Amino acid sequence: MQIDISRPILDKNERLAAENRAIFDAAGIFVLDLMASPGAGKTSTILATIAALRGRYSIAVIEGDIASSVDAEKIAAHGIPAVQINTGGACHLESDMIRRALSSLDLGTLDLLIIENVGNLVCPTEFYLGEHAKVMILSVPEGHDKPYKYPGIFQIAEAVILNKYDTIEVFDFDESEFRQVVSSLNPKAPVFPISATKGDSVELWAEWLAGRIEANKART
Amino acid sequence: MHEMGIVSSILTSAEEAATREGATRITEIRITVGELTEIVDFALQFAFEALTPGTIAEGATLTVTRLGAKSRCLECQTEYEHDRFEMLCPECGSFACELLTGRELEIDSIEVDPDESTAPASGPPAETPPQG
Ligand SMILES: Nc1nc2c(ncn2[C@@H]2O[C@H](COP(=O)(O)OP(=O)(O)OP(=O)(O)O)[C@@H](O)[C@H]2O)c(=O)[nH]1
Ligand SMILES: [Mg+2]
Ligand SMILES: [Zn+2]
Ligand SMILES: [Zn+2]
Repeated sequence: MQIDISRPILDKNERLAAENRAIFDAAGIFVLDLMASPGAGKTSTILATIAALRGRYSIAVIEGDIASSVDAEKIAAHGIPAVQINTGGACHLESDMIRRALSSLDLGTLDLLIIENVGNLVCPTEFYLGEHAKVMILSVPEGHDKPYKYPGIFQIAEAVILNKYDTIEVFDFDESEFRQVVSSLNPKAPVFPISATKGDSVELWAEWLAGRIEANKART
Repeated sequence: MHEMGIVSSILTSAEEAATREGATRITEIRITVGELTEIVDFALQFAFEALTPGTIAEGATLTVTRLGAKSRCLECQTEYEHDRFEMLCPECGSFACELLTGRELEIDSIEVDPDESTAPASGPPAETPPQG
């Protein structure tokens, strides 16, 4: 006997993600899910983004790592509320982890919540957390061929940050080939070359993000 | 990879549906996976074999239908199939396109043995020896 089900498989995660989204929208918060490989510069980019936007927006950060609270401490040292999630081995964040982390934040006061996903170019693409946008970072030392190898993450990201741009000479990174492949995978995504630790060219990225935050405020 | 997590969600949905219908054994689970997901068939089957023993889906088959990627051009309205590397409209070269299929991850249906204890008495016994 056949029983029809016809339902999305990530059922539980998707349902909790929709609930998260309702919480974010009720509080008028724009939520960004930032994805990249280990060491690509997620935490550095978050710090640079905070420096660019803290005068305009009230910001908080959720840090996802397999273990340790190093990243949350780095953020908190700048006076920004930061919650650490330890996945205890899991290679990506899921919606229930985000929900638990929300209880440590004063949502009513926030405009922007940045989620640093676990360093991984594969799994985080498959898990919706309730965020308004997924953005990815590729760092120059990883090489310009990464979009060929990990097309999924380049496709789901609404913008691509090219970090560690200060090292482009050292690593023989072919920026025009990189841009060409990214635009064939994801025609609408802008590419923002930045040097997070030096603070170079962070403004264009920060303005894009501010534009998204404003558009979201106008909508809700 | 998170095929383990996906398979455990599949099993939860399948078991719920089977129990609701009073079935005690699942013999097949059918799912659809879009070509643009990161799901690997081999890893799915591996996780399925690891997670089903001791459940009502022990020994069941996992049948995976792959669905190709398809987009619609927002400029010239052409609908076209493509791989994950080339999203541009083949007719006019436009960047403005909308993905129609390719990211699916769905459980379609399951095949179950009806619960023997509630099966109609007139039905054939489960183990009918071949006649003649
Ligand atoms: N030269 C250079 N180094 C950078 C830049 N951004 C980050 N780094 C360095 O790269 C290393 C990793 O940076 P993080 O910001 O910790 O990277 P992450 O992605 O958060 O790392 P995990 O959370 O451990 O996965 C650090 O040593 C940074 O100083 C940059 O723009 N230029
Ligand atoms: Mg970090
Ligand atoms: Zn994962
Ligand atoms: Zn076209």
